[in-house]
Amino acid sequence: MPETVTAPVLKQGSPDDFRQLEAGLDSLQSETTAKHGVDWTRVLLPLAAFLVILVAWQVYVSLGFRRRDIVPGPLDVIGSLSTLWGEGSVQQAVWTSLQRGLVGFLISVAVATPLGLLLAQVKLLRRAFGPLISGLQVLPSVAWVPAAILWFGLTDGTAYFVVLMGAIPSMVNGLIAGVDQIPPQYRRVGQVLGASRLEMALQIVLPAALPGYVAGLKQGWAFSWRSLMAAEIITVGGTMGFGLGSLLDQGRTLSDMSVVFSAILLILFVGIIVELLVFAPIEKRLLRGRGLLSGSTR
Amino acid sequence: MAATPEAAVSETAVSETAVPHAAVSTDPAPSLAAPRREAAVVLENLGKRFGSGAPVLEDVNATIGQGEFVALLGASGCGKSTLLNIIAGLEEPSSGALEVPSDGAAFMFQDSALFPWISARGNVELALKLRGVGRAERRTRAMELLELVHLAEAADKRPHELSGGMRQRVSLARALAQDRPLLLMDEPFAALDAITRDLLHDELERIWKETGRTIVFVTHNVREAVRLGQRVLLLSSRPGRVVAQWEVSEEHRTNAGKAGELTGAITTRLREEIRRHA
Repeated sequence: MPETVTAPVLKQGSPDDFRQLEAGLDSLQSETTAKHGVDWTRVLLPLAAFLVILVAWQVYVSLGFRRRDIVPGPLDVIGSLSTLWGEGSVQQAVWTSLQRGLVGFLISVAVATPLGLLLAQVKLLRRAFGPLISGLQVLPSVAWVPAAILWFGLTDGTAYFVVLMGAIPSMVNGLIAGVDQIPPQYRRVGQVLGASRLEMALQIVLPAALPGYVAGLKQGWAFSWRSLMAAEIITVGGTMGFGLGSLLDQGRTLSDMSVVFSAILLILFVGIIVELLVFAPIEKRLLRGRGLLSGSTR
Repeated sequence: MAATPEAAVSETAVSETAVPHAAVSTDPAPSLAAPRREAAVVLENLGKRFGSGAPVLEDVNATIGQGEFVALLGASGCGKSTLLNIIAGLEEPSSGALEVPSDGAAFMFQDSALFPWISARGNVELALKLRGVGRAERRTRAMELLELVHLAEAADKRPHELSGGMRQRVSLARALAQDRPLLLMDEPFAALDAITRDLLHDELERIWKETGRTIVFVTHNVREAVRLGQRVLLLSSRPGRVVAQWEVSEEHRTNAGKAGELTGAITTRLREEIRRHA
């Protein structure tokens, strides 16, 4: 029975021809990466959106549906902010809170990273403690404030404790999710390359899980910032310094809505600035380096 | 430069019983006299089944000499990849015995499986690092290997910036960085376009001659097997076992008539194997 066979592959050409052919194919097939300049729409668009909201707010307040001392307008808040700035309380509050948030965040990273890697890599531990960690993430960390006050009194210890309880579980969960999404091929390559358990965790699993890990850190920061504000609002006095939460609480006790709004806006701005200056660039770099950015709206 | 495979010392002749099922009558080049060199890999009555299912591999017998380039050919589902994983030590055989180099094997996958977070050079360096090569030496050695696959200029590019063919060449450089005498390749060029694949055949042959590695190359492409292998082993499907083998001479790669004849014969035999499952 005759079989139809396509033409066989033959060797042809000199080594030089071959080198040139290869170089030609390489340049044809690799994508040319354009250099990115500063994209001003990134700055101008959020600014424009902010202005639109501000104007809408001012217009609403000017229509006079509500008393000004209950719903202050942007101009009232700006006035109050500049008074507070003059007293130095804005600087003090932002600095105190930011410092606490940062220290709490760093401690959380130091605790959550080894913990997350261990849970992700060791099946027994994951089975045992996984549900607990997920559960802790659901528990609002404000729930720890009463316990923390009884244990640590009105000290920074209370603030840090609440921050850690808020940030660590979400960081651990982020890292575990990142590890779960690693293509199995990477581990096989690691095995073939002769990586030990520790080398596998540090050289292959951690870098491969980095996008998920950074997303977890970002969420951890958000949780710790929120928890910190809650702790500062509730825990006033003692050796607790004067943070943004304390400023908010002060506004409430004085029934000064402008101060309350100033504090809320300051808390929001710190969040936005940390996102824009810290996490956004890191995430963008990470994704671009892995070729995951093309076609996204970032 | 390393010795060419032909220069390998031959002490023990491998017995032809290595391929008991060889269909001698249908082979145009039924040279069952196995190459006279020291064996790098010996498989004896190797079997593999997953759980209680039908055996994937059964009674596989083969001997691969040091410095030899063997193409392992078979239709889909014949357990080629499983066999390769067993030789690599990634999986355990269910029965039989195998003899492989004690320091393991280098492995190259169908997709390049490069780590996207490091550059081409970083990928090669990581393989050297995991082998325990010192930091200073890593860089020079990695550049040498990238030079070998003609990719020195692309050393700092990330995998996503490289074409499929370039990625496979980096992957080859990484496999060579493992510095194991045995290189296992699991359909490494299957996903590439025809032009690139032809090119990589030349490239791989050149590198094989320069480095003197023993290569087991798994493929389902008869033309590729004839183009590359010194010997082609045909694996049957379900269960997989070596049912025939052919010697491929240099003439089979340069003479269109000879090459066509051998390719035709192997294709006929392969199709026969597949038809048995109709």
